Amino acid sequence: MAMIDEPLYPIAVLIDELKNEDIQLRLNSIRRLSTIARALGEERTRKELIPFLSENNDDDDEVLLAMAEELGVFIPYVGGVQYANVLLPPLETLCTVEETCVREKAVESLCRIGAQMMEQDLVESFIPLVKRLAAGEWFTARVSSCGLFRIAYPSAPEALKTELRAIYSQLCQDDMPMVRRSAATNLGNFAATIEAPHLKVDIMSMFDDLTQDDQDSVRLLAVEGCAALGKLLEPQDCAAHILPVIVNFSQDKSWRVRYMVANQLYEVCEAVGPEPTRSDLVPAYVCLLRDNEAEVRIAAAGKVTKFCRILNPELAIQHILPCVKELSTDSSQHVRSALASVIMGMAPVLGKDATIEQLLPIFLSLLKDEFPDVRLNIISKLDQVNQVIGIDLLSQSLLPAIVELAEDRHWRVRLAIIEYIPLLASQLGVGFFDDKLGALCMQWLKDKVYSIRDAAANNVKRLAEEFGPDWAMQHIVPQVLDMINNPHYLHRMTILHSISLLAPVMGSDITCSKLLPVVINASKDRVPNIKFNVAKVLQSLILIVDQSVVEKKIRPCLVELSEDPDVDVRFFASQALESSNQKKMPAPVTCFSNHNQTNS
Amino acid sequence: MNGGDEVAAAPAGPPQSLDWKFSQVFGERTAGEEVQEVDIISAIEFDKTGDHLATGDRGGRVVLFERTDTKDHGVPRRDLERMEYPIGRHPEFRYKTEFQSHEPEFDYLKSLEIEEKINKIRWCQTANGALFLLSTNDKTIKFWKVQEKKVKKISDMNLDPSKAVGNGSIASSSTPKHCLANGGSPDRSYNYLGNDFSFPPGGLPSLRLPVVVTSQETNLVARCRRVYAHAHDYHINSVSNNSDGETFISADDLRINLWNLEISNQSFNIVDVKPANMEDLTEVITSAEFHPTHCNTLAYSSSKGSIRVIDLRQSALCDSHAKLFEEPEAPGSRSFFTEIIASISDIKFARDGRYILSRDYMTLKLWDINMDSGPVATFQVHEYLRPKLCDLYENDSIFDKFECCLSGDGLRVATGSYSNLFRVFGCAPGSTEATTLEASKNPMRRQVQTPSRPSRSLSSITRVVRRGAENPGVDANGNAFDFTTKLLHLAWHPTENSIACAAANSLYMYYA
Repeated sequence: MAMIDEPLYPIAVLIDELKNEDIQLRLNSIRRLSTIARALGEERTRKELIPFLSENNDDDDEVLLAMAEELGVFIPYVGGVQYANVLLPPLETLCTVEETCVREKAVESLCRIGAQMMEQDLVESFIPLVKRLAAGEWFTARVSSCGLFRIAYPSAPEALKTELRAIYSQLCQDDMPMVRRSAATNLGNFAATIEAPHLKVDIMSMFDDLTQDDQDSVRLLAVEGCAALGKLLEPQDCAAHILPVIVNFSQDKSWRVRYMVANQLYEVCEAVGPEPTRSDLVPAYVCLLRDNEAEVRIAAAGKVTKFCRILNPELAIQHILPCVKELSTDSSQHVRSALASVIMGMAPVLGKDATIEQLLPIFLSLLKDEFPDVRLNIISKLDQVNQVIGIDLLSQSLLPAIVELAEDRHWRVRLAIIEYIPLLASQLGVGFFDDKLGALCMQWLKDKVYSIRDAAANNVKRLAEEFGPDWAMQHIVPQVLDMINNPHYLHRMTILHSISLLAPVMGSDITCSKLLPVVINASKDRVPNIKFNVAKVLQSLILIVDQSVVEKKIRPCLVELSEDPDVDVRFFASQALESSNQKKMPAPVTCFSNHNQTNS
Repeated sequence: MNGGDEVAAAPAGPPQSLDWKFSQVFGERTAGEEVQEVDIISAIEFDKTGDHLATGDRGGRVVLFERTDTKDHGVPRRDLERMEYPIGRHPEFRYKTEFQSHEPEFDYLKSLEIEEKINKIRWCQTANGALFLLSTNDKTIKFWKVQEKKVKKISDMNLDPSKAVGNGSIASSSTPKHCLANGGSPDRSYNYLGNDFSFPPGGLPSLRLPVVVTSQETNLVARCRRVYAHAHDYHINSVSNNSDGETFISADDLRINLWNLEISNQSFNIVDVKPANMEDLTEVITSAEFHPTHCNTLAYSSSKGSIRVIDLRQSALCDSHAKLFEEPEAPGSRSFFTEIIASISDIKFARDGRYILSRDYMTLKLWDINMDSGPVATFQVHEYLRPKLCDLYENDSIFDKFECCLSGDGLRVATGSYSNLFRVFGCAPGSTEATTLEASKNPMRRQVQTPSRPSRSLSSITRVVRRGAENPGVDANGNAFDFTTKLLHLAWHPTENSIACAAANSLYMYYA
């Protein structure tokens, strides 16, 4: 056994733990592989460490995944780009393991290394590696090879290029669906490296094979490639080759394929240009919007705005808008919900007149939808429609919807609407808010559910930020402070929390004059939970108010609390006192904990 | 093993009856030996090549067997298959390994015990020489990888394990880590190294990598790769792989879920027969299987004796079936037991996907997927039990779930029965083959001497064959049927005429 000098001890441990029985230690060592490499030096890394890793590849997946990732950035540690090829063997074996995420990471790392390698090295070592994997006995190797062609191809000499295209074509017809799926997935990025003449012939024939595959899962991925491939072709070629395929796919027997088309169609439109879009793709899209399968309609509805953006307004009004109308009363709530989340974006596309005439009724009916998700999705995008039609038209229908959501019996729905209140406030303006929403905001502070009270406290703060301290002094603070006398201690705690959030926004003066007295008063509460939360709030106020106020008001109060019979109160009071002594920045009060469940 | 004189297939006409011979038995009971409940086999499955066989038992174990007779020839398997390997050779298996797949559990939320019993095993695509399989109990499906690993020993560490550490070997994962002389922990030193320590350009020569010595010894290691849990409210009766190699289904009494093999935390419900009100429940799912080649087709059977084929392309939730196969009830024959004995206990697709074999309590039925008016053939398995249905109901035997299987060439079907008997029928047009075998070393002992002629007058036009000797309640040797020894599970080798069947804790293998 070697004698190891003391400074080397940790690195020696690190190296030994590459083979420790504990996976956590092995993982740790692998993550520090660069440190090990630097300790060994470039030459020994090349000659010993890398071969060592190549041989020890039967480890757990987590370790292999980490190894695949580390090796991707290992070029500097083996002596630079001219030695990059020594990294290929271990990654090649990792490309053949059966765990997908390890293979994917190994492919990613190989691509990263290959992108930096010198052309000659690519030809001499990278391309043979791709060919070996593509001819692998097990499907795992062949699956991985598909992702490497895009790196191998550009630097290959002409003859080799032909061969690589032929190999890829083979992979597209492999016996194993897994390999064909991988070939379909990578076809787009491989095609991007291929010269135009071959693109039209070789790649298109591979694409055709994949689009006619027996396995739905392969066709599905071929659809995904449509758009990418279409963008590489000239518009007329795209119209000739891709268009018929996608139109065909839009009527595929499998709803999953149609679902994919619905998701991708607008991208294809961009590739083929306006005329084929009008003549072929708009009808196809209309069919998808009226598909029998709800999942397809969901996907299509979700893309309605993106699709309309690339059409001219007349086409959109003439063809798409009628479908949108139908979808707004679709039997599936998820379809309506998907529509509600994007329909606002159509307003700028259609212009003011069409929006008021056609879109507004749809929009209002969605706002009255029986499912809260649908209403929420509309409200969340309110700013977009406001820009087009203005708030006056909206406010009448908006308010009932908001009030209803605010009182929904599912607390998650209430939570969601609270999140949007600041947005609504900014859109609707102070006047509207004062009349209608102010009371709601106060009501949430007394909600049965903690999360709602918590969100309501935050909401109060955000409103104060939005409209400024003066407005808050008039419209929020008095109401909030009133509630400190609520008989329920949990509600009093919410108010304390609100105060701690409001104080930084309101500034030192208001804090001293209005907020602080309330807090000090609360320190006389019967409930210990309130008292230690007072201590916490005071701690946070120390930062805001003047030193003199701290000395005169806060400290005496804290001193009193620090002699409280309750241990938690004493603890937090003394903690606050300490921070007032140190005068350094304490950590902000983050959680409003509920230590002992004392009754109110 | 006995060499066996193979019966040459007749050049034309229906294939002749097979002459079944005993091949092997695993876990044979000695006389008077009590069978342990946990040892009773509850699932049997050959893999796609027929080189491996897996059994699951009530104790949650999975036992793997591997074929020994084809491995040593040096000829690639594919060639062997092509050249119709010479007669006289039949599949022979040896014990490979076993592992504990499921443990008994307790669902605290529902106060339910979850048995460890393996309900189904399905083989998945092999990769890198490792075997993969799915096993399921009532609630949880697990994905297993079984692989040979070379035994490796690590030697030559930087730190002498005995000297440097002083508290156990370096390879131990015990918590006291290597303590440095100055009391600092190595963890802290890592950081010190990373930030400040600069290594000399040539590296540190005194450091070395551990040397790993690989021995010739190999270890079979079974590792659970994924657990697909919490997706079934009722008991899982089936799992089945899709031909796309990436998805599978699991079926319980009321629902069928679709999974991706690589994603264990979500599944999609594709069939849901649960009525809004459970009091309206009249039918449950009893078995489900994917089509062997069409990735979008699957079939499931019900307790009312119907088989539904659904097309996954039609919609996300397949409430409506593409095809329905059921036999119209014969008029006037209805009794208390009609519905119980109509319940299908198992369905299997034939290898080409054209036919579906179903087993109900009394019969085996073969269905042509293109003909939904009725089965193309019906084989009587338990007709002689009809007078005894009352007794069978009393002792719950009527609810026994017998499995069925088809031969790889689709010419024969087989299913189990009581008294450790199983029956093999020829289903090729014109075949009259109907053999009864006993799961013992002498399978033909109870062979019924003359398989009765099928009653085929007009029925032959529609190829409806009703066949199967109307056995009396007493077999040829005068033994009464024994309802406690039932042969529920059996599997046909995918490429050869070889059957593996389970009689309690014993696995019997036969060939012809």
